[in-house]
Order: sequence, then structure tokens, then C-alpha cells
Amino acid sequence: MNTASASVPRDWSPRIVAFFCNWCTYTAADLAGVSRLKYAPNVRIIRLMCSGRVDPQFVLDALSRGADGVLIGGCHPGDCHYVEGNYKMLRRYQLLKRMLADLGIEEPRVRLEWISAAEGEKVQRVINEMTEQIKALGPLALPQKFAEWDREVIALARELRARDAAAGPCPDRAAPAQPVEALHA
Amino acid sequence: MPKPRVAFYWCASCGGCEETVVDLAEDILGVVEKVDIALWPVALDFKYKDVAALPDQSLLATLLNGAIRTSEQEEMAVLLRRKSRYLIAYGACAHLGGIPALANQFSREQVLRFNYEDAPSVVNESRTRPQVHCEDQGRTPHLPEFRHVVRALDQVVDVDFYIPGCPPTPNLTRAAFDALLSGKLPPKGSVLAPDIALCDECPRKASKPTNVAFTEFKRPHQGLWDAGQCFLAQGVVCLGPATRSGCGAACPRGNMPCTGCFGPTSRVRDQGAKMLSSLCANLAARDEEGIQRALAGIPDPVGTFYRYGLAKCLLRRKVSLPTNGD
Repeated sequence: MNTASASVPRDWSPRIVAFFCNWCTYTAADLAGVSRLKYAPNVRIIRLMCSGRVDPQFVLDALSRGADGVLIGGCHPGDCHYVEGNYKMLRRYQLLKRMLADLGIEEPRVRLEWISAAEGEKVQRVINEMTEQIKALGPLALPQKFAEWDREVIALARELRARDAAAGPCPDRAAPAQPVEALHA
Repeated sequence: MPKPRVAFYWCASCGGCEETVVDLAEDILGVVEKVDIALWPVALDFKYKDVAALPDQSLLATLLNGAIRTSEQEEMAVLLRRKSRYLIAYGACAHLGGIPALANQFSREQVLRFNYEDAPSVVNESRTRPQVHCEDQGRTPHLPEFRHVVRALDQVVDVDFYIPGCPPTPNLTRAAFDALLSGKLPPKGSVLAPDIALCDECPRKASKPTNVAFTEFKRPHQGLWDAGQCFLAQGVVCLGPATRSGCGAACPRGNMPCTGCFGPTSRVRDQGAKMLSSLCANLAARDEEGIQRALAGIPDPVGTFYRYGLAKCLLRRKVSLPTNGD
């Protein structure tokens, strides 16, 4: 399976970025809160005005910066405050799902759910379910993977720098270059 | 006063970018008049050690084309970075990873196995593969190492400017030389092409509907296309809306949709995701079945939306692939 699973830190637990629409799902999450429904503390909720505002770039960005999963919540079809927004999200999600599968991201990591303002318990159920699924998959850990991929480049860059240093200074030598890792941060 | 020196170099590329330099036609004489060429492996005979012996930063600029896949290419990129005041990523491969970066969907083992064993035209009974070191008649020749990941130039060394395109057009190349020689350069990190979507200079712009509603997608070989009408209006995936202009809309003028070789504008971070977003949002269907039926016309989203830019996708590569061993 994934190479990172060998070294899952013992205190690891999934980090899920959730994009919730202002009118339905965010209100439902609020309802879950005031109803004192307990759910897994693994989501970081970002409130957007509409699920139609979720650009697929946001999803890729979240994953590439260390999220283990992304949850998108919007109004049920027909209920969008802006009439069309949730349909736009649904269409994007269909193709994004396929593309992410081609890029090696397991399906449960990115999920779209329709949750109305009255469905506090659905927020609870979906978040708990997703947290469990991602726990079973293990960390995605893309920042660590990127660093691992770049190890081959950094090793050579170091070697070359050492060789240059050994050869002595060149005339007109420029100021010392930045550390090789800085490029790959 | 001695003329400024420039170098041209190629890494994982097809040679098309070199061709573009020649495509400057008579204008190349104007360039050669003003600069000395210090290295150009495809056209002139210089040795790497001549370049290594130059003082640091003594080249005005290096135009490097091609993606970075082997340790030798990395070494040359590092060397030319050190010797050049401006390092310019020339062409889609150096800029975004280009076509070679599509290999980021496969592991090194898959690539080597296909090319040295499984490809129908290969005869290799002993299953020999290239080795970094081997013994041959008492000598030990070395070959560059084939890396796990295909990279754009700026994922290996610091890059000053980018000239986009597969290949870049002579116009952009000429403009870049003018800027270099006159010292009128934009801020570091700029792409030397207009920062607006291709639709802006497309002759079919007037027929671009304000409200597209796709019911299906067709690929270019699946029909005869009206040469005057916007490709999107005809249901053909055209990456114009998510791609930088500067090529003069060469493909749409030749009745082919844009495939995105100029990369995104500065306001877009991930060209593929942005194009996917824009196309899908404009589907007509509202139910899952209808949506999937329409999207069946895009069988390979990665190859369609990241044809030239998989290395610069926010995910960079198929994330489940290994990076150690094979």
C-alpha cells in the first residue's frame, strides 16, 4: 500500500478540510453544535457562501498541504440559495473524482454530501464515517511525500556543491547560493 | 566591448524548441550579431568542460529547454545556473514538465520494463537494462541515473524567466532576446508572454457563447469542425480559457482546439483543475447519470487537462507511486 503507512506516527489522526456552504451545511454544523451532538474533532470547517464556490484547485491545494481528506457540503439539489451552485459542484465532483483516482488518491478521501440546515445529525454521521474511513486508509502525507521525492535531487545538488567548494573559488564568484533545500520547500 | 554570451541547452525534450531558435530565420543573424554563443549542443561543437571553466555568471543568459529526468540533466542545470546571470526555462517542458511529465503517472519500473522488455518492437532476450555503472573490458563506464520523477526546471534550480509554448513562437523568442539585450526585463519569475487567456486573441472569440451548456464532449478526430465557430460551442474540449495567450491562437487558426501548451495565466495555480472546473460547471445535465454521460467524452482527464503540465500540477505526480528501489 502507500509507502508512508510503514511510519504512521502513533498519535496520528486524520485531518479533514471541510468546505461547507453558508446556507445549508454550515448552518447544519451549527445546529449539531447547539444540539450538543458529538462528532470527531478531525474536521477543519471553512465556510463558503455556496458549494459552487469550491474550485477544484482548493481541493488539490488542501491535499498537497497535508490534508488527509476533503469534505464538501452543500444544499440538497433544488435547494441552492443561488439556484445553480450545488449542481455546478456536483458536475465538477464527478470528473474530479475520476481524475483524483487516476492520480492515486483513494476515493473516500474526497467526498461530496448534501446536508440541509435541519440535518445536524447528518453532519455528525458523515464526519464520523469519513474520519473512520480515512483512519483505515492511513495518512496521505503529501508534503512528506514531496520531500521524499526530492531527496534524489537534493543529494546530487549537495554533492555538486561540495565538488565546487573543493575545486576552489571561481573568479567573479557570486554570493553563496541559497541552501539547496530552500528551492524544494 | 565583448559581446554578451548566451547558451542553449536541452534536457528531456524532442528538439522542437531548438527548431524554434532556427525558425527565427533571418532574424537569427541579428541575434548572432549581438551575442556570442557559448554552448549549443544541437548546432555547434563546444565541450562541457569549456563551460565549466567559465567564470560564474559570465553568461548573460541560458535558454534551457526540456524537462529534467536524469542526473546528467540535473548536473547541467546546476552548472548552467551557476554560469548564467539569467536562467530561462524555454518551452513547455522546462516551464511545466511538458509531454515528458505525463510519465509522472507511471513508476520508473513501469517505464523501464515497457521500453526495454514489453514494447512490441523491442528485441531484448537477455533483458538488459541501462545501468549506472557496469564493467566492460576492464573499464567502468558510467551512465546518468534515470530519476523516479520528471521535473520542470524550477523544481531543480532557481529560474529567472519562462518562455512558454510547445514550442515557443519565434515572436516570443525574439521579444525575449530584445528584452535581454536592452536590459528591460520584467520582475523575476515572469512568464515572457501576455498575461491573459488565449480566447482574447482567438479569431473565434466572437462566436464564444456567453452561456455554454455542454450535453456531450467530442474529441478532435470525431468530427469535422466549423472553422469559424468557437470550439466550446461545438462541444470540443478547448483549453483556451485556462491557457495563456501569446501564440496568436495558432491551433484554433489551424482548426484544432487549444491543448494548453502555454500553461496558465498568473492568476491560476493549477491549470488542469481550473479547466476542469470551468468545463464541468457548464454542463447542461443536473442529474448524476446525465452528467456522467456527458463526461464520458473526456476519457482521460489527466492527459486532457495536464497534457503539458503534470509536473506543475499541485499533486505533481500520481501520488501512490514509489520513489525508492524500483
